[in-house]
Amino acid sequence: MALDPAYLDYPRRREGYDHDLYPWSSIFDRKPVRWPGGKSVAVWLCVSLEWFPMTPSDTPFRAPGHMQTSYPDYRHYTAREYGTRVGFYRLLDAFRKAGVKASVATNGAIAERYPSVIADILADGHEIIAHSTDMNGTIASTLPEEEERALIARSLEALESVSGRRPAGWLSIARSQSWNTPKLLAEAGLRYCCDWVNDELPWRFANGLVNLPLNHELSDRQIITVQQQSADSYAEQMIDAFDWLAAEAADHGGRVLPLHITPYIMALPYRIGAFEGLLRALAARPEAWFATGEEIISAWEGQQ
Amino acid sequence: MGDIQKADPGLYDFAPYRDRPKIVWPGGRKVAVWVAPNLEYYEIDPPANPHRKSWTKPHPDVVGYSHRDHSNRVSHWRMAEMMSKYGFPGSVSLSVALCQHHPEVVRDANERGWEFFSHGIYNTRYAYGMDEAQERAIIEDSIRTVREATGQTIRGWLAPALTHTPRTLDLIAEYGLDYTCDLYHDDQPQPVKVKSGRLISMPYSLEVNDHYGFFVYNMSPRDYADTLIRQYERLAEEGEASGTVMCIPLHAYLIGQPHRIGPFGEVLRHIAQDGRAWIARAGEIADHYYQHHYAEAAHGA
Repeated sequence: MALDPAYLDYPRRREGYDHDLYPWSSIFDRKPVRWPGGKSVAVWLCVSLEWFPMTPSDTPFRAPGHMQTSYPDYRHYTAREYGTRVGFYRLLDAFRKAGVKASVATNGAIAERYPSVIADILADGHEIIAHSTDMNGTIASTLPEEEERALIARSLEALESVSGRRPAGWLSIARSQSWNTPKLLAEAGLRYCCDWVNDELPWRFANGLVNLPLNHELSDRQIITVQQQSADSYAEQMIDAFDWLAAEAADHGGRVLPLHITPYIMALPYRIGAFEGLLRALAARPEAWFATGEEIISAWEGQQ
Repeated sequence: MGDIQKADPGLYDFAPYRDRPKIVWPGGRKVAVWVAPNLEYYEIDPPANPHRKSWTKPHPDVVGYSHRDHSNRVSHWRMAEMMSKYGFPGSVSLSVALCQHHPEVVRDANERGWEFFSHGIYNTRYAYGMDEAQERAIIEDSIRTVREATGQTIRGWLAPALTHTPRTLDLIAEYGLDYTCDLYHDDQPQPVKVKSGRLISMPYSLEVNDHYGFFVYNMSPRDYADTLIRQYERLAEEGEASGTVMCIPLHAYLIGQPHRIGPFGEVLRHIAQDGRAWIARAGEIADHYYQHHYAEAAHGA
């Protein structure tokens, strides 16, 4: 009994990565980044705004947060809709009160079904990031390239036709890409995606597309839903992260703190207070620059 | 995989914690504390091992891969600086192919005076199903690769992704390695029965491993820090009777996240200031144990 001899061959064992998607560098060796106004920590609020069809297609996989019971899953369908009808408006009010701008990663279906939500986002000056079609619009390498190209186009068209502007950014569902995704996103004219969590500053793929890392470890889904911690603990962890990044920025240049928020998770009545307290605390910090994804990309690009 | 599967692996005698020969660490310290950063490389598109899947998603598993890539772009230096600040050297569990992929990371660890042991070629290539020649090949590759990259000769082994064969421990002893981190039966080093040469188990830890803390027990960063301090306090207290070992196994992409590194620094500060800890490398602990305690413990083993 032995393994196939090829199992001990390492054809991509070489300096740099075992792929050619993007080059390696250490964040501590790069030219320090400066954010506008002499601020050192860009606080990037990114809200996922999603519509889950009650008929999950599982092609190629079922999105986190999707339906769980036998049909009809009123429980999860309506609990997610609560996020869009009620929770999201709590978040918009919280952003307004704190005087901050956010990015909203929005399913194309939200624009098609609830165009007034898009108008409300734009009226407050927030950015819209394309976030697939609806929550059946997952991507993986098992999705045929033509279908993925069409899915990206449908998402962008739905958002552009209602908002009047083509999004610059893209967030895949569950941050899941195929081998083709960076190529297809660049082809579609997108400036950046947020799926790769390997860094804490923007970086560029070999094909020119930018990645702005949306740290999944700092998301409300990871901390509250997966790890089952309280909203107070979440807020404390974000403050600890901010403190660390502000101290590191003093020696090494600007940093980004991405806060990935889900309306049906964070904007429940018993959690939203902790989140509002977090926003107040961060807004009071002299190092904080609240910025949308596109503003961060622009400030960063100008210094490369 | 093996020919005969044993119900008891036969690696050590039963030796209860009570009434053992006393271990005394240098300077009369009570607990030997060693930090084990896992410096790893996970391939984006590894070949399949028939006995274990690597990524759970079709390749590329973007979150799985890029989360681990965070170590080699950001968090290694964060973790390493914190360790250096409080005087903790690392004993590195190394995917040896990292020497080729990111020599900057390996060089940084070597320049800090850290020790290296092998954690296989990649953390996406498993030993399950290997025959003896294949297993010898990865041990020889490990010895050669680390020697060429760092000048060091590896003295320990932590199986790649904790995948073993029944012959792994005999083979690493035959190649002259001194310790294994793959056995979790004790809070003190113990002799391991091998066909030739000699070997000890070096207490590593799954329970206080940052991966378990954050992804099995779902702890907050501050809860994990509190766990490490409780683990330390208890082992230091018991070390009055006979020296104990505490390992802190780490992964930079976990402990080096911005919400975790600060609370972790408080743990290192606590241990460094306490006075009861012998802060050491795994090889130093092994040396001391072999010189002063191995013969007595191995009597009859």
